[in-house]
Amino acid sequence: MNVEFTLNGRKIAAEIDADENLYAVLRRLGMYSVKCGCETTNCGLCTVHMNGKAVLSCAVPAARCAGSVITTLEGLQDEAKKLGECLAGEGAEQCGFCAPGMMMNVFALAKENPCATDEEIDAYLAGNLCRCSGYVSQRRAIRKYLAMKIEAAEGEVRA
Amino acid sequence: MAKYRNYVIAQSLEEAYALNQKKSSVIVAGNMWLRMCGLNKQKAIDLSALGLDGIVEMEDAFVVGAMAPLRAMETHEGLNRAFGGAFKKAFAPIVGTQFRNMATVGASVYSRFGFSDVSALLLALNAEVILYKRGAVKLAEYQKEAWDRDIVVQIRIPKGQCAAVQSVRVSATDIPTLVCAASKSDAGMRIVLGARPARAVVVAEGLAPDAPQRVYEEIASQVTFGTNLRASDTYRKKIAPVLMARAVKACQEVAADER
Ligand SMILES: Cc1cc2nc3c(=O)[nH]c(=O)nc-3n(C[C@H](O)[C@H](O)[C@H](O)COP(=O)(O)OP(=O)(O)OC[C@H]3O[C@@H](n4cnc5c(N)ncnc54)[C@H](O)[C@@H]3O)c2cc1C
Ligand code: FES
Ligand code: FES
Repeated sequence: MNVEFTLNGRKIAAEIDADENLYAVLRRLGMYSVKCGCETTNCGLCTVHMNGKAVLSCAVPAARCAGSVITTLEGLQDEAKKLGECLAGEGAEQCGFCAPGMMMNVFALAKENPCATDEEIDAYLAGNLCRCSGYVSQRRAIRKYLAMKIEAAEGEVRA
Repeated sequence: MAKYRNYVIAQSLEEAYALNQKKSSVIVAGNMWLRMCGLNKQKAIDLSALGLDGIVEMEDAFVVGAMAPLRAMETHEGLNRAFGGAFKKAFAPIVGTQFRNMATVGASVYSRFGFSDVSALLLALNAEVILYKRGAVKLAEYQKEAWDRDIVVQIRIPKGQCAAVQSVRVSATDIPTLVCAASKSDAGMRIVLGARPARAVVVAEGLAPDAPQRVYEEIASQVTFGTNLRASDTYRKKIAPVLMARAVKACQEVAADER
């Protein structure tokens, strides 16, 4: 079957199987930031945005994506650079495998709750597993990124 | 990984129901559970285009569409105001935000998972399940029934009560080892135990909120618990009275705050 959706701002038509998930289609379309860690909806590695919400692409039926707006890390490169610098600065990345999914969820958090407390950051990211960092350095990096965003927004208001 | 030959996005409940009467068909909601089931079906019936994801506040109840994601309930101001923040607290430990953006309340109710936090809370709140063919059924009854081919359309949650949930998990984001949900209304306290690990059941109704600890011990002694990978029946029986007392206390605190 054929499905049409918007991927990172571009209209896409893809040939899919009836039982395929969005993750497999995105990989076929060259979105290699999207990775599969568990395939049991537990690890958060396959996180993308669907119509503005963070979802697990390993469980989204591709056929349901018709007419949807899908965003992957490839479509958010400026933000990825900023958050990536915060993560590097805080030593929050070791193997880096969890980063693409975690970053996509941080962008969703930044939109939904830009002033998130540490507790809220932890709760929001509970579904993004990292086997290396121990999460504390990730939390510091995320706090830094959110603060930077607020500062930038306030700067814009002042200007 | 589930296998389907055809994927149909249903355009009406009538169509979804008719297609679902065949054993070779399956309803797809959030797809979180289904995708792991290794099913091999002719037809997947997708309910996402039926506008079943609303949460509507009526005078005496909230009516929640079957396709409402758990996260929508967790963050719904009206629901949390009406029931003392119970949805926020009870759903937050379920896997992660992205997961709860997808997993639906209707599928949770239909599936009657033994480990369900969702069913436990809804049962404590004396919710009703609205089925496409059969109409309204009390969740307490529905919980006892076998899976059939009707479709859950809505969940109706009566107002005028508050609730609190306590759960024990081996680790964060895991399914619960034991869940206790308590609600308080004019009829007294209602207590539900879930993840026994069997389906959630109402274990006490009309209980006084200031019941002494031995009452919870007495209740727990009459409940059947089982053993699985997460805990033994003995462990569950031992912690059940503690969870009950904590849930009742939390519920009392919420009720006091509301006053
Ligand atoms: C890894 C994992 C961890 C989980 N942890 C928890 C937890 O800690 N606590 C908790 O409470 N729950 C937990 N759950 C269960 C979860 O909350 C949902 O109940 C579950 O995912 C089903 O919801 P879904 O929308 O994904 O349904 P699906 O997977 O799409 O469907 C599940 C079943 O319900 C049927 N169905 C779906 N919608 C309807 C309908 N409207 N009418 C009739 N039949 C229908 C489907 O045919 C299927 O048989 C977990 C699930 C997973 C996969
Ligand atoms: S691969 Fe999707 S949640 Fe792990
Ligand atoms: S940095 Fe290795 S899994 Fe997170």
